[in-house]
Amino acid sequence: MAESKNSKNTDQVIVRFSGDSGDGMQLVGNIFSTISATVGNDICTFPDYPADIRAPQGVLTGVSGFQVHVGADKVFTPGDKCDVLIAMNPAALKTQYKYCKPTAAIIIDSDSFTAKDLEKAQFTTDDPIAELGITCDVIPCPITSMCQETLKDSGMDNKSIVRCKNMLALGLVCWLFDRDLSLAEGMLRAKFAKKPEIAEANIKVLRAGYDMGHNTHASASHTYTIESKNKAKGKYMDINGNKATAYGLMAAAEKAGMRLFLGSYPITPATDVLHELAKHKSMGVVTMQAEDEIAGCASAVGAAYAGALACTSTSGPGICLKSEAINLAMITELPLVIIDVQRGGPSTGLPTKSEQTDLLQVLYGRNGESPIPVIAATSPTDCFDSAFLAAKIAVEHMTPVFLLTDAFIANGSAAWKLPDINEYPAIVPPYVTPEMSEGWSPYKRNPETLVRYWAVPGTPGFMHRIGGLEKSSATGAISNDPENHQLMVEQRAQKIERIADTLPPLKVEGDEDADLLIVGFGGTYGHLHEAMLQMRAEGKKVAQAHLNVINPLPRGTRETLARYKKVVVAEQNMGQLAGYLRMKTNGIEILQYNEVKGQPFNVASLVEAFTKIIEE
Amino acid sequence: MSEYKAQDYKFGQPRWCPGCGDHAFLGALHKAMSELGVAPHDIAVISGIGCSSRLPYYMNTYGFHTIHGRAAAIATGAKVANPNLTVWQVSGDGDGLAIGGNHFIHAVRRNIDLNMILLNNRIYGLTKGQYSPTSKRGFVSKSSPYGTVEEPFRPAELCFGARGNFFARCVATDMSAAVECLKAAARHKGASVTEVLQNCVIFNNGTHESVYTKEGRAKNAIYLEHGKPMIFGENNEYGLAQEGFGLKVVKVSEAGENEILVHDAHCTDPTLHLKLALMEGPDFPVALGVIRDVEAPTYNDSVHEQIEEIKAKKPYHTFAELLETNETWEIK
Repeated sequence: MAESKNSKNTDQVIVRFSGDSGDGMQLVGNIFSTISATVGNDICTFPDYPADIRAPQGVLTGVSGFQVHVGADKVFTPGDKCDVLIAMNPAALKTQYKYCKPTAAIIIDSDSFTAKDLEKAQFTTDDPIAELGITCDVIPCPITSMCQETLKDSGMDNKSIVRCKNMLALGLVCWLFDRDLSLAEGMLRAKFAKKPEIAEANIKVLRAGYDMGHNTHASASHTYTIESKNKAKGKYMDINGNKATAYGLMAAAEKAGMRLFLGSYPITPATDVLHELAKHKSMGVVTMQAEDEIAGCASAVGAAYAGALACTSTSGPGICLKSEAINLAMITELPLVIIDVQRGGPSTGLPTKSEQTDLLQVLYGRNGESPIPVIAATSPTDCFDSAFLAAKIAVEHMTPVFLLTDAFIANGSAAWKLPDINEYPAIVPPYVTPEMSEGWSPYKRNPETLVRYWAVPGTPGFMHRIGGLEKSSATGAISNDPENHQLMVEQRAQKIERIADTLPPLKVEGDEDADLLIVGFGGTYGHLHEAMLQMRAEGKKVAQAHLNVINPLPRGTRETLARYKKVVVAEQNMGQLAGYLRMKTNGIEILQYNEVKGQPFNVASLVEAFTKIIEE
Repeated sequence: MSEYKAQDYKFGQPRWCPGCGDHAFLGALHKAMSELGVAPHDIAVISGIGCSSRLPYYMNTYGFHTIHGRAAAIATGAKVANPNLTVWQVSGDGDGLAIGGNHFIHAVRRNIDLNMILLNNRIYGLTKGQYSPTSKRGFVSKSSPYGTVEEPFRPAELCFGARGNFFARCVATDMSAAVECLKAAARHKGASVTEVLQNCVIFNNGTHESVYTKEGRAKNAIYLEHGKPMIFGENNEYGLAQEGFGLKVVKVSEAGENEILVHDAHCTDPTLHLKLALMEGPDFPVALGVIRDVEAPTYNDSVHEQIEEIKAKKPYHTFAELLETNETWEIK
């Protein structure tokens, strides 16, 4: 489409869109990411938005950003710093400039740099570029006025017209990266299906942006072409972690032949799981927005008791409130999936930012001896597999299971190859069979797995009573017997431990004879993997072991860690996994890399820190 | 006739204190269930924490003794996940109205089809004698040695405030009236609240004294029955009549034509139901029986009707079909 005078072929590029939180930066970021994925590039996105819905216009705290890493080959992170920054106003330029590479190009909306705009962003001079000491290319484009010019005959009012300016920026970026506009147009028509006139206005502005780039070359030194390679054949879609989590649960319910029930209470950044599942009533999903976090979990425990595949979704503060109900599911040995989309804590903390600080809470934050499996999803798309696994373990082993994700992977998106559900394993609930009714009691266990058999209310001949009080292993009646309590505590613990028999051992990537093993869990996989790849490219010997299942630990974890000269656990907390591993793998020296900033890891900083560890 | 006997719903040996109102209530519940005739395996009895919440252990049904205050929320999940179950939720005044107050009002507001039993002895028994949210102002207990300085909840008021459609009241030891209340509660579609006035012999003996005996009830209570005139007294000599915005007690012999009110439990407007439910001595009789019984769409029916409606409208019903609803692209 574009025959640019100077098109640069590149393997990867990082683009960051930024503007006021009302400027629609998330939308254009998503469209650009999806059309890039559609042409076969790999993508990894990072929406970075403030907690305020709409801060006052033009102020520093109201800036919303969206970063996407587009690669010809596999990309693992949204990238540390960007090659192209779009800054729709001075506040965006001021707050986002630090995410630019020295070689970056910055596109600004020159119409929004008036004295008043500069003042709102707390600039003290009339030259923001010099004031910030920006050395990279700044390309001023009259984005707002071009948008107004384009739509001057549309009959729309000025406010509605200006609202389309994000499309001008998108058009410009599409020109810069040689993207086919028809894909973006299709997406806009689908998004505004009920308001076709809005769709057409947006498309008109989008094309104007593209043409502006094409006709003027927008003072850019070159455009980019990103080819696509090594992508597995098949059908793909764009998916974020929260949607993938919801999909994993629906797939698991279908496999298990159970009704899916979600009891939940709105909380950032987990609410989209509720939103997603609430849409799919045609799949028979029951979602209940409960009166509080406690009822969200309690209703799920009730649904589990009545035979549903029951789930509850929340973030850290919600886990605090749900703990007692989770413990009830634990002692009554009912299946329950608890989704914790981690955010910055403690207390209300940083609601829209990402951390891994709930690990010890989900492992140990309950009264009594209360072992519960913990699964940690490693990427947006892995949320699907991890949710499926969490549901499978919950149902087949009659236990609550935690699924840890985080704001970064929950909101981040990636291209996802549509799974063939037939290739996923069966999920078989351990229901009682009629011939078991003689001498049955609720805590009779499968001798191999120690899983109790499930008599769902409504089953004739199996009436029984369960509850939060300790029960006799033999009869199911309330029991204060000391030996029985010891036995029940041990059996519950062993039941969880034996789940490891059904799971793969710890996988190590990288060099067999590495000088350093990098260990992490959950959503940091991409950054740690990228750090390993970069270090190996520099000739260092490095390996990576990433935990997807934290409780029970994969078989061979201790032996694996013991094989390496140095082991570093890198995590977005103050050392929770490191401490847990020290307890579980006695005698191994574990080094730490910890960062609690509410931001994704920075690969360059990881490489620097790990290199130092090797050299020390 | 039901094929079940009260015996079919009994399990184990209750361990409440001798003389506790729970024993009598349990007997009434077994009898009501046998008359309703729902198979024991289709019944789930779900309770919270407290003396009365031990009740599921004495039921030959499915039973779930849960955690403090959450029984209504847990029962809600069970009923909506499997609407074929008959779900009874049993709580005391502390479990249901203090720690579980939020779940109580929201279960009532949602109108989920639960039979919610509130055993009200105005005391915390299991923790050995602290005042509860239904203890009267000034009540002396271990945690209020100089008397409480707070007003109690009146359960009916809370129920109607949450837009409840069914409220009945009975005395634990008044077997036949209790059985009738429980049967009406079970037959009511939607959240039904039955307040059971109950004595605690150890920590709050005599709390419902005026109506706890047959003789006391003859003097101090009125049995309300839909469609029947509101008369009471040892010889049915008194009646209830309206006066301005309130009620008054009149002598039947002196009452004018049509002056004595006829009970209408099905009236949508709860104003008069509330007036009746709040009556207390010495000026008024305590109302017993079904005070309000109004049909309205239930949460569980509505949830599943909506699912069926959307199933008919939307073309995808399996996971593979769901995937196809997304915008996809193909790498060849």
